[in-house]
Amino acid sequence: MRSEEAAVQVRDPAAVPRLMLSIAIIILLWPGFRLTEFDLGVLFDPRNREIMGKFIATFFPPEASADFLRLILKATLETLAIATAGMTLALLIAFPLALVVTRSLSISRIGPARGFAAGRFLRLPARFILMFFRSIPEIVWALLFVRAVGLGPAAGVLAIAVTYGGMLGKVYSEILESGDTRPTLALLEAGSGRLAAFCYGMWPVALPELVSYTVYRWECAVRASVIMGFVGAGGLGQLMELSMRMLNGGEVSAILLTFFLLVMLADAISAMLRKATA
Amino acid sequence: MKPVSIKLDQVSLVHANGQRAVNNISCEIGSGERVAIIGPSGAGKTTLLRVLATALRPSSGEIRILGKDPWRVSRTALRELRCRIGMVHQAPPIPPRQRVVTAVLAGRLGHWPLWKGLASLAYPVDIAGARRMLARMEIADKLFERCDRLSGGQMQRVGVARILYQQPDLLLTDEPVSAVDPALSDRVIGELNREASERGVTLVASLHAVDLALHWFPRIIGIRNGEIAFDLPPVRVTDAMLKDLYASESTVPTQGNEPLAMQPAGVRRKPLCS
Repeated sequence: MRSEEAAVQVRDPAAVPRLMLSIAIIILLWPGFRLTEFDLGVLFDPRNREIMGKFIATFFPPEASADFLRLILKATLETLAIATAGMTLALLIAFPLALVVTRSLSISRIGPARGFAAGRFLRLPARFILMFFRSIPEIVWALLFVRAVGLGPAAGVLAIAVTYGGMLGKVYSEILESGDTRPTLALLEAGSGRLAAFCYGMWPVALPELVSYTVYRWECAVRASVIMGFVGAGGLGQLMELSMRMLNGGEVSAILLTFFLLVMLADAISAMLRKATA
Repeated sequence: MKPVSIKLDQVSLVHANGQRAVNNISCEIGSGERVAIIGPSGAGKTTLLRVLATALRPSSGEIRILGKDPWRVSRTALRELRCRIGMVHQAPPIPPRQRVVTAVLAGRLGHWPLWKGLASLAYPVDIAGARRMLARMEIADKLFERCDRLSGGQMQRVGVARILYQQPDLLLTDEPVSAVDPALSDRVIGELNREASERGVTLVASLHAVDLALHWFPRIIGIRNGEIAFDLPPVRVTDAMLKDLYASESTVPTQGNEPLAMQPAGVRRKPLCS
């Protein structure tokens, strides 16, 4: 009888914090909508609708002359090359930094033992570098590098390498941290080094996530290289900028279709790799 | 006098949530001794083993493992010490996508230079060695199987094989046979004991199966509420002591997650001298 009474009294201790968090999120979001003058009505205003309609009407039919297709093919290859080279360099930046930042790979954390404070202190600059790299948009980096290495794909490659290095490093360390870290911990507790513990304990756990995120970022890099084309970094973006300037809707839509195909390709690669690493 | 392998002096450990898992434990375990730790769930067996494995730092008290204070020595010395301690976890900490051979070879990572560990990922450097340890656990046929294809009991035996491959000087096992069937449990505990007596290493095993503990180990430590209830050779552990030890638990001690066929009373014991 007594125990039953006690059972009725028990409340979920997480309920109040959860409610407060929900309220806080709503309070924080509201000014955001006000500040951005978010108003769905604008989309349906007849005058705006007519302007949009006219612009979209010029998109059909997409340009399909052999000459233009050849141009698109060359630009596509260039875009893919920029995205891939940029991602490769970004990986070189991201991986070492991610390993430094990941807390689960810290040996001194166990206990905590000697050097715990020093380790925590050392992770700060690495975290700061990652933040700095990704806090500046790739387009700004591209403008900077265009001045340094001149017009052309090289600027795009460098811009992607820096920004995406920052992003990948942060997300990689989060992926590594969110997986099951017990295998890693057990290895560290048996005296293995950080890198060995990563290869034997973390890599097999996190591989599918790492791969699919990396392919997704590659897809984003393709899009980013397009935007950077607008500021002279070559590829599909540069082609698109010319077509836009000449108000050639057919060419623009042909290029947009190419994007769509590229995204489909990335999706297929991602699915394939996920299957291979499952 | 035999050298001392483990020395605890008034060791306590309070978890971050304020729970006192180990309460003022003092004990000495000599080199080459084989000790079983028994006690109800939540008594602090795992926490105590993790303290011995230098994975948790005691909140208070003095601790010496293999002649060293793990929390006073330098970082390199701590790593060297950890290489000499092998811990079999109840849930084997092995990535499900890893192959059995890799999981076993990982036991020696602390001894190997980095290049050897990396090379072993490209091609396993000691297939024969891994196979030998798996054969002792009777799962040599699973050598190149992926770990997620194994049953819980097979996984636990892979975990034991990894620690056997590590060849530690202090062998700690936390419920190493909780998912293994009774006949094989006997085999696994037997192998651990054989390893300990052949190489003269210290073995400390927490066990839920009381009959295994009493049968195989010359020294039994009963733990309740983070304190040592008794520390005796098996012949002097009475049924009343066992009943008292498990009094707070509604269930009887289990073996292979099945309730033990018999009550703690009448568990078979090995004669002291055999």
